[in-house]
Amino acid sequence: MNQIALAGNPNVGKSTLFNALTGLRQHTGNWAGKTVATARGEYTFEGKRYQLVDLPGTYSLAAHSQEEAVARDYIQSGQADAVVVVCDATCLERNLILVLQVLELTGKVLVCVNLLDEAERLGIQVDLSGLSQRLGVPVVGTAAGRQEGLDDLRAAIAELVGTDAPAAPSRAPGERVTLAERYAAQVVRSEDVGRRRRQQRLDRLLTSKSTGIPIMLLLLGMVVWLTVAGANIPSSVLTASFARLGEVLEDLLAAAPEWVSGLLLDGVYRVTAWVVAVMLPPMAIFFPLFTLLEDLGYLPRVAFVMDHAFQKCRACGKQCLTMCMSIGCNACGVTGCRIIDSPRERLIAILTASLVPCNGKFPTLIALITLFFVGGQGGLLASVEGAALLLGTLVLGVAGTLTCSRLLSATVLRGMPSSFALELPPFRKPRVGEIVVRSVLDRTLFVLGRAVAVAAPAGAAIWLMANVTVGGATLLAHCTGFFDPFARLFGLDGVILMAFLLGWPANEIVLPVMLMAYLSTGSLVEFDDLTALGQLLGQQGWTWLTAVCTMLFSLFHWPCSTTCLTIYKETGSVKWTALAIAMPTALGLGLCLCAATAARLLGLA
Amino acid sequence: MYETLCLSALREGESAYVTQVDAGPAMDRRLTDLGLVRGTRVTCVLRSPAGDPCAYLIRGALIALRRSDAAGVVLERQAQEVPAQAVAT
Repeated sequence: MNQIALAGNPNVGKSTLFNALTGLRQHTGNWAGKTVATARGEYTFEGKRYQLVDLPGTYSLAAHSQEEAVARDYIQSGQADAVVVVCDATCLERNLILVLQVLELTGKVLVCVNLLDEAERLGIQVDLSGLSQRLGVPVVGTAAGRQEGLDDLRAAIAELVGTDAPAAPSRAPGERVTLAERYAAQVVRSEDVGRRRRQQRLDRLLTSKSTGIPIMLLLLGMVVWLTVAGANIPSSVLTASFARLGEVLEDLLAAAPEWVSGLLLDGVYRVTAWVVAVMLPPMAIFFPLFTLLEDLGYLPRVAFVMDHAFQKCRACGKQCLTMCMSIGCNACGVTGCRIIDSPRERLIAILTASLVPCNGKFPTLIALITLFFVGGQGGLLASVEGAALLLGTLVLGVAGTLTCSRLLSATVLRGMPSSFALELPPFRKPRVGEIVVRSVLDRTLFVLGRAVAVAAPAGAAIWLMANVTVGGATLLAHCTGFFDPFARLFGLDGVILMAFLLGWPANEIVLPVMLMAYLSTGSLVEFDDLTALGQLLGQQGWTWLTAVCTMLFSLFHWPCSTTCLTIYKETGSVKWTALAIAMPTALGLGLCLCAATAARLLGLA
Repeated sequence: MYETLCLSALREGESAYVTQVDAGPAMDRRLTDLGLVRGTRVTCVLRSPAGDPCAYLIRGALIALRRSDAAGVVLERQAQEVPAQAVAT
């Protein structure tokens, strides 16, 4: 099988090309020992099989970052039978600098000028055969998003494989730039068609002082609202289906001893099904929406608008993108930190990722806001009030993130912000099919897999805690009793603290576990009826202060197990993982202590 | 008649040519990778709400740079080159 490498700058449509060539016959993973993602896939052309290796997108091969080192080492190793350098036709000149660099490492190169459709819309024309003559290697034009030119590309790759061409002599970096400039001037023709100016007007609208930030908040609010509101229906459908499947399983286990069916059904099955039913729909809505904004080219503008705040915290502006991903799922936010180049700033973003509330915390936060802080009469005013308070908690999460980032920069991760160069690619038409596949496969299923792996054993543990009795009380009751005095200091109670501990696998189950403990039932309790929930919490001695402290602690406590596992995998360090757990916990407990003490001293609660 | 200024002083819509890049070793490398070397024409296209960072058109690509980094790039422009012309490119 022939190995073909795909190299190129970031944002040149490399992964679209990769997907178009290989279909779904691909698998992603990490380069050995490095947190650099790689995708490999296969395709067949004229009876021969080809393996395509997607190298990380880089501006250079000088090995100054992990991505550059990976790409350079792979090309230099000679493992590839051909290297396809993908270029963006809308800014060919800059892309040619990398092409020239690759040509100095190997002669088995094919240049693929992609995004020809975008270029046409911008009034740019590229003389492909002229470029081929000047570079001395084959050049193929494609528009991968529209599946155009793919067969030409496959044929050109087939022709190139097996031939051998020497690498070009190495040049100084400045010489490469000059040469790229000369070639581009000779082969690119550009006329003004007004589209560029329209793009600039859109850019001004999205980044100016008066409109940039309101538009950003509006879009964020819409995404969160769509996620929360849209997830209800599929969630209840999933819950009902899992309940039916549970009945079938119950029949199957009818002959087994009671504790076996209890452990497996009420414990393992019920908790796992719960996690899947409440976790899957919000993520399946959030991540496609997020990827849509990414594909449109909007997200780099958000980083551009927000960079100043992060610069003041000596962090990287791209961190606000990983924070947005954290709203979908903290674990995805942690993996997303790979987009940050500098190791110091990447670590800051990873350690603070869990300070932004994820989807899983919203149901609890919304329930508490509605019960304790919004006038009970309902209606438009109440829902606006509720939405504003939820946005307020989100803002508090962002403030916590910025504060902790600054603190980390001043202490364990001391240093100045490193060089920052953020490309703002042209706005593009999103590719809906690819968005759904990519966001569901890459993000949603990835998290769900990890969550289920932890939810199953946690389900068994929760059931054992709630059902094994020692001296007339359950283990759970013993624990809540033990934690109670400590928890009261922070405005919480033993059950709340224990529910957060048992809710480690997923924030979604914190409230169900809490109700299970209050009602002394043996399995998770659903909260359909808000009024009943309010009465129950009232009977358990909840005041507005308990609600405030529970919300603060929900916002800031240890990351869920999936996130912890992901932090460990990304940093490869127990020390950093421990700090990522300790920091939000300390922040949450500190805020709860302040709130509780202040309220008591002032005689408010 | 030439006027010398640094990249961070370039106002929105204005263009000039690079004469010297001295923004620290890491940033210099990154800027070279992006094609920003002596003789390159740069246009300031966008300012973020805080005025820092700004986005510059460099060889057909829009690149955002922080003020502290942009301060290390020295430019030269002909005094009669008026901003209105720069906007059109």
